[in-house]
Amino acid sequence: MPQIRLTTPLTDEVVEKLRIGQRVLLNGTLYTARDAAHKKMVELLDRGEELPIPIKGQVIYYVGPSPAKPGRVIGSAGPTTSGRMDPYAPRLIALGLKGMIGKGKRSPEVIKAMKQYKAVYFAAVGGAAALLARAIKSCRVVAYPELGPEAIHELVVEDFPVIVVNDVLGADLYEEGVKIYAGR
Amino acid sequence: MRLVDTATITATVAELCQKANYELGEDVLAAFKEALGQEISLTGRDILQQLLENARIAREEQVPMCQDTGFAVVFLEVGQEVVVSGGDLYEAVNEGVRRGYQEGYLRKSIVDHPLRRKNTGDNTPAVIHTRIVPGDKLKIIVAPKGGGSENMSGLRMLKPAEGVEGVKKFVIEQVRAAGPNPCPPVVVGVGIGGTFEKAALLAKEALLRPLGQPHPDTEIACLERELLEAINNLGIGPQGLGGRTTALAVHVEVFPCHIASLPVAVNINCHASRHKEAIL
Repeated sequence: MPQIRLTTPLTDEVVEKLRIGQRVLLNGTLYTARDAAHKKMVELLDRGEELPIPIKGQVIYYVGPSPAKPGRVIGSAGPTTSGRMDPYAPRLIALGLKGMIGKGKRSPEVIKAMKQYKAVYFAAVGGAAALLARAIKSCRVVAYPELGPEAIHELVVEDFPVIVVNDVLGADLYEEGVKIYAGR
Repeated sequence: MRLVDTATITATVAELCQKANYELGEDVLAAFKEALGQEISLTGRDILQQLLENARIAREEQVPMCQDTGFAVVFLEVGQEVVVSGGDLYEAVNEGVRRGYQEGYLRKSIVDHPLRRKNTGDNTPAVIHTRIVPGDKLKIIVAPKGGGSENMSGLRMLKPAEGVEGVKKFVIEQVRAAGPNPCPPVVVGVGIGGTFEKAALLAKEALLRPLGQPHPDTEIACLERELLEAINNLGIGPQGLGGRTTALAVHVEVFPCHIASLPVAVNINCHASRHKEAIL
């Protein structure tokens, strides 16, 4: 299948052209965050403070990697279930977040925010964590080190493979894909 | 009477924790390859190829196949002629989990309390199921269980009048509702009968059976085939992105039950269907 190579940060122009089912190879910087880091970031926003990471045009990867073996950049690093970040995601999308990487369905609120503010949701293959780790070239903690694997890490990736699941039109591959193959 | 010392038990559990997380079973790999031959979705085929490649890397480099290295679920079959020497059996198992997860660079995913939720830092305690059996051997099975698929599991107390149709409906609905979340292609463990907790345990034990090995009772084996076909007709496919391969296998275990009851439990396992065993 054809693949589209993209480099972060992503612009509206690039994001608008993406459609569900497309395979994308991501390059550049990704930020990791799970529920605990999202909760902290939204609390900062509620207090009117600055986020610990740049958000405009960025892509957040929902992942809590396993510990790195000696001499390695990172441990195994596959996506976690995105639904747990749904309560927080629309706030970040409104501030300019352009992409999220995870696995599993998003809420109607997140899908609406992606449509309104032009953002996309990518799926990485859940459980392909040893394979995905190979695309991660560097990793450093940039916020909340006390959260351990849930700290915010800045990753530099090369050709990190993902699939577009929700696009700016509000389409959802989890719905459309299943319709095509049900009963066949 | 035969002595088995706790140091051996600890060392064995530590090794099994690592092996289970690094080396996907041959039965699962064979199921991936078979699915690849039948999958009609291009995305689905791509995903299955990624999973095969992932398993190869994990085994060769001795790294976890998935970053969620699971809750350490440990099944002990203790021969009644075995005497455990040198300490507490369960503490020996927990020490094995502690060492295995630390030395194997496995993720620590257990919190000390379901509401306070502070990470225990060493992936203990294990969930330990013990069976006393005839003989003088000690069998240890370590089955690390990921959170994403465990969360999609469920149990229902059906009315006996709902019968096999009610069972099928519940199992299929459970897998449909889970959709992409448990990382399909999944393995579906079903426990029918017993009591509330027995049904859940049967469903978990069903996941330990080698993939592709049908239940010895032909009627149950037939139910397994029917459920597998119905689940693969849902169209969920690899990672829930559409396709024919939603489940690699459905395993059903049954147990006698009360005249008033028909418990059914569904325990879903992700494609990283991990378990390793040793006999001491």
